[in-house]
Amino acid sequence: MDLMEKNLELVEIQKLEGHTDRVWSVAWNPVSSHADGVSPILASCSGDNTVRIWEQSSLSRSWTCKTVLEETHTRTVRSCAWSPSGELLATASFDGTTGIWKNYGSEFECVATLEGHENEVKSVSWNASGSYLATCSRDKSVWIWEGLEGNEYDCAAVLSEHTQDVKMVQWHPTMDVLFSCSYDDTIKVWWSQGDDGEFECVQTLGESNNGHSSTVWAISFNAAGDKMVTCSDDRTLKIWGTDIARMQSGEEYVPWTHLCTLSGYHDRTIYSAHWSRDDIIASGAGDDAIRLFVDSKDDSVDGPSYNLLLKKNKAHDNDVNCVQWSRSEGDQLLASASDDGMVKIWQVATKP
Amino acid sequence: MSMLYTVMILKKVLESELWFTVLHRKIKPLAVEARLRNREKKKMTLGLINANPVVQAKKERLVRTQPDQYRDDGVDPLDIYEYVRDIRDPEHPYTLEQLSVLSEESVTVDDQLDRILIKFTPTVQHCSMATIIGLCLRAKLKECLPLHYKVDILVSPGSHADEDSVNKQLNDKERVAAAMENPNLRQLVDECIYSDEI
Repeated sequence: MDLMEKNLELVEIQKLEGHTDRVWSVAWNPVSSHADGVSPILASCSGDNTVRIWEQSSLSRSWTCKTVLEETHTRTVRSCAWSPSGELLATASFDGTTGIWKNYGSEFECVATLEGHENEVKSVSWNASGSYLATCSRDKSVWIWEGLEGNEYDCAAVLSEHTQDVKMVQWHPTMDVLFSCSYDDTIKVWWSQGDDGEFECVQTLGESNNGHSSTVWAISFNAAGDKMVTCSDDRTLKIWGTDIARMQSGEEYVPWTHLCTLSGYHDRTIYSAHWSRDDIIASGAGDDAIRLFVDSKDDSVDGPSYNLLLKKNKAHDNDVNCVQWSRSEGDQLLASASDDGMVKIWQVATKP
Repeated sequence: MSMLYTVMILKKVLESELWFTVLHRKIKPLAVEARLRNREKKKMTLGLINANPVVQAKKERLVRTQPDQYRDDGVDPLDIYEYVRDIRDPEHPYTLEQLSVLSEESVTVDDQLDRILIKFTPTVQHCSMATIIGLCLRAKLKECLPLHYKVDILVSPGSHADEDSVNKQLNDKERVAAAMENPNLRQLVDECIYSDEI
């Protein structure tokens, strides 16, 4: 049944309190879910310089804070990312370092600290296999790190083509292609030829390619990896696409093209966008609201178009900084982080 | 005099790049202070961006007699102006109001959406203190306003050579947050917003 035909709402499952400053970002552990027999785990990072790990009890179904990762970062922790195996958590901080934490069951230990950026690290992302880590910073550069034996990390590349503060990095879900978005209003694509090739910027999506006209805050891919959504200070969401089959089969890079722009739905900066496994795009914005969009499935010649599925007003008491769908099959949960210091867990449900 | 030292440190940074690139790691306060002490002997005022600001007399504080036309739980722009008019300029021992950086017309409020817009006028076109003033406004209002209010800060159109660049920085909350974690900037901002009545 078409999602648009159902009368859906976003139901707040629980509010997670504990952080003493704004919460910038949340990340679901990719491995844990009730289906695996493991409790779902969520990490949140904050302006209080800590990361909190939240776990859902399989008995009571309520979320509690399992542990607090503190006394490592000396400034805001801006973003965090779990490795694909779920064993490691990388944390990006305004103190210029990236922490690598190992999950020892009930405890987390900081096993490595990546230094090199000249100032605040804004984002961190693992590639699909967990062999590469990417970080970006206000120093305008994107760094690629390679994990070695014994918790050592080597810097594999320093990519300096953005002309301003880089806000987020995101690896493609299936291929070792890296995407970054920036205060310079562009999205850059980094690709390396063959196995031994150097990473280089193979495409820049700017205003001339129907790109954004202000800071691009986030990038998110659909499950198939042939589409991505970007969100910006220009108050639009943009959908981009590529011929993924051609790219995966051949040796050459296939450019991304603009498919569609969602404008007029947001009147403040959009800080986050995330594409769920069942094709719902969630956005978090500076007007305290969360919005969900779906493909209208209108087979128009001009390309895909998207409809607003629902808008949750006052989802938080302040700006929504991050929205993330859980990875588990079945019941899709949405986690959100806000300037109000809260993390909230939501579920999409049919109205009674 | 320590505030002037801080200003000089910042001025050096501002001359090289827009102030957001202040790297706390690269600032060596002791060495800079030594240089400043030497320079002090050669008349510090020569280093100021705007050595001769136009200063207006302090305005009378009017007691408002007409009924409050805004809803009871709303915010009156003049109340907001009261919070910010006495913020001290980072360079000169005068308030932003005395230097005409702010006036009653600087503040507008959208009551429906709980949004506040502040437009300020830097004293000179190339004022590198513009972003500091913006930071001071944000810091002061953060303390005084209920959390859900959205604040946008702009320079008055045409009043600054790098208008778009300054506006973009002042309204990027991540950049503002990072800047406020910089101890030197935080100290300067605190001195401006907590200065006693002149």
